[in-house]
Amino acid sequence: MTLSDSAPRGTDSIRESYLAMTRRKRMYSGIMLLIFVVLFISGFQIAQDRNAGGFIDGLPQLPDFPASVLSEAIEKAANLPGHIVDVLPALLETVNIAAVSTLTGTLAGMMLALLATRGLAPWPRLTGVFRRLSDILRAVPEIVVALVLIFVLGGGPVPAAIAIALHTAGAMGKLFSEVNENVDRKPLEGLASVGATWGQRMWLGVIPQVAPNYFSYALLRFEINIRASAILGFVGAGGIGYELKNAMTFGQGKLDEAAGIFIVLFATIVFFDQMSSLIRNRLTYGG
Amino acid sequence: MAASAAMRDEVLAHFRGKRIQAFVIPGVILAYFVYIFFAFDISGIASRARLDNAAILLSDAVSHRVHVTRDNRRGDIEASIEGSRRMVFSEDQRPDWITIDGDAARIELPLGHSVTYDGPNVTYDHPDYGQIRIWSDDGIQLELPTDNLPDWINASNTRVSITTEAGRLSMTRSRTETLRYVPGWELFFFDLSSPFWGLGVGDVVSTVLQGERIDPARSNLSLMVHDVWYNGIWRHGDVIWALGETILMAFLGTFGAAIVALPLAFLAAGNFAPSRAVRFVVRRIFDFVRGVDALIFTIILSRAFGPGPMTGALAILTTDTGSFGKMFSEALENVDDKQIEGVRSTGANAVQGYRFGVIPQVMPVLLSQVLYLFESNTRSATIIGAIVGGGIGLLLTQAIQTTADWEKVTYYIILIVLMVIAMDQLSGWLRRKLIKGDA
Repeated sequence: MTLSDSAPRGTDSIRESYLAMTRRKRMYSGIMLLIFVVLFISGFQIAQDRNAGGFIDGLPQLPDFPASVLSEAIEKAANLPGHIVDVLPALLETVNIAAVSTLTGTLAGMMLALLATRGLAPWPRLTGVFRRLSDILRAVPEIVVALVLIFVLGGGPVPAAIAIALHTAGAMGKLFSEVNENVDRKPLEGLASVGATWGQRMWLGVIPQVAPNYFSYALLRFEINIRASAILGFVGAGGIGYELKNAMTFGQGKLDEAAGIFIVLFATIVFFDQMSSLIRNRLTYGG
Repeated sequence: MAASAAMRDEVLAHFRGKRIQAFVIPGVILAYFVYIFFAFDISGIASRARLDNAAILLSDAVSHRVHVTRDNRRGDIEASIEGSRRMVFSEDQRPDWITIDGDAARIELPLGHSVTYDGPNVTYDHPDYGQIRIWSDDGIQLELPTDNLPDWINASNTRVSITTEAGRLSMTRSRTETLRYVPGWELFFFDLSSPFWGLGVGDVVSTVLQGERIDPARSNLSLMVHDVWYNGIWRHGDVIWALGETILMAFLGTFGAAIVALPLAFLAAGNFAPSRAVRFVVRRIFDFVRGVDALIFTIILSRAFGPGPMTGALAILTTDTGSFGKMFSEALENVDDKQIEGVRSTGANAVQGYRFGVIPQVMPVLLSQVLYLFESNTRSATIIGAIVGGGIGLLLTQAIQTTADWEKVTYYIILIVLMVIAMDQLSGWLRRKLIKGDA
């Protein structure tokens, strides 16, 4: 046997094994895809079976409701500005719920994050406890807390604000502690060497480093919380969602009011989304 | 010298600015809180808050009531849980602190209190106060050991009620009822119709493992599982189904949105869009869909498709198509062109170029975004379920609105939290598994 004979056989076997590997890989991803498709289709079937109306039957009815809202809004177009003005106090309440819960949630999340970050926490042994605490706060959906608090405190903005603030605190606690992990420890050592207390070390050594990051997360959260407070209003916690529910339950005849609320809600969400992304962009790229 | 003086001034001015900032920002926050205090009427909350509701909630969440009720028209006495018709104790199932003997009954309450029914005449024996006698003739009559009425007794001509720390007795012309709080969740595993009711854990295990067949048609194990699953009070089967529905809504919504958004994202990404006009239009569609909130989609869709999980799934799908479209197109814009060129240089056509040049690059990013949203959508699906009428969200709102079954509310809340934590773990695990090396 000479070398020249074995060389092509060598590339052949490499080629063989490469192709076998790609075949195997392709088979695995094919199987994964198949499982996913089966799950998806059968899941859709189950969801459709348990639904009041089927997908195909409902599809033609999809434009009916927007059409009737639209036609009623056009018919009573003169009332629309009035409806928009009427709903502004409720809108203010929704935005206030979002703002106050973002603010308190962020402050609480900041505390939780500092207590849960190894190396920064005043009680290193308890970092796990605070981590679990923010996990649990994050896991409880807002609606659960809101409904229970509505039962105790009565309807209105406060239950919604508390519910969203608790969730925000948990979410922020997790995000912020990830940010805290990457903090430069040198300023902390410097502060410790001149005898700063824990609070002073955090306030002067950590917060200035992470503040832009925190701020940008808080803005993002504010966007999310406006949506959340609108939804919670719908289940009875005041604000624009509550107005929308009232207008909707009246149905025909009040749909122009619903149209006004839709417009206001849409405009608000777009406005705050744009504002916050503008500020965040400026924070990351310039200034 | 002049230069350093100028620099000094500048630095000092900067410090002053910082110092003012240090006071102004907390000041603004404080002012806002003061405004909120009045706008939300926080001082009014104190008067509106129903702390007795909170007490009911807390005590109901960990205990249940056993009612002993006498129907004063027909004269029969029965013991039940929470006064529910579906949870009436049969004669041999009654707790031992209740003895019912024909028209007479004796109920032992904690702390030495006791109540005796003797036909229509009722005696409440309070160890520190004495015997209170109540009977019905031409209105409800009350006889007390003291002259003045203590504040824990509420008496009128038509109704007497006694509320102590041991329990509650109320009597009207039509019925006499005594309540006792018993710790624990009643009938959690087996309802009163099950042969396993009232057995200890050890007895249940030994019956399942080696006991005689209770139902000759099937094994004790399958009987046990059947009884738990179809428990008439807690309805575990339905609850598990509802949890499944919620997860299903999140799954269908999230992945459906990803499937719809992926091709659209190519049209919205600057480096792949066929023309600027198409890109502009698709982007505006994404912005519009994101701006129209999930709430609005949910309402519109439930008008068309009726209540149920599919409506919820479609609502999540529509909303998330906007978010995914934006995220995906941003990821696509960051794609490295060299790999596509490389693939194209081997003679691949455009589709093959996308498949082998683009998808492998963006897949990890997209997948991790999808999985992140999947987790957060499990939570959204709970809320959306409450609106569209599907899943665990519906059960929870119903249980809260009836304000009777706080132990069920507690149970649902625990299940929801466990579900969200489990989905969180699952999505984290999948992210690590599918996107190796990246995190």
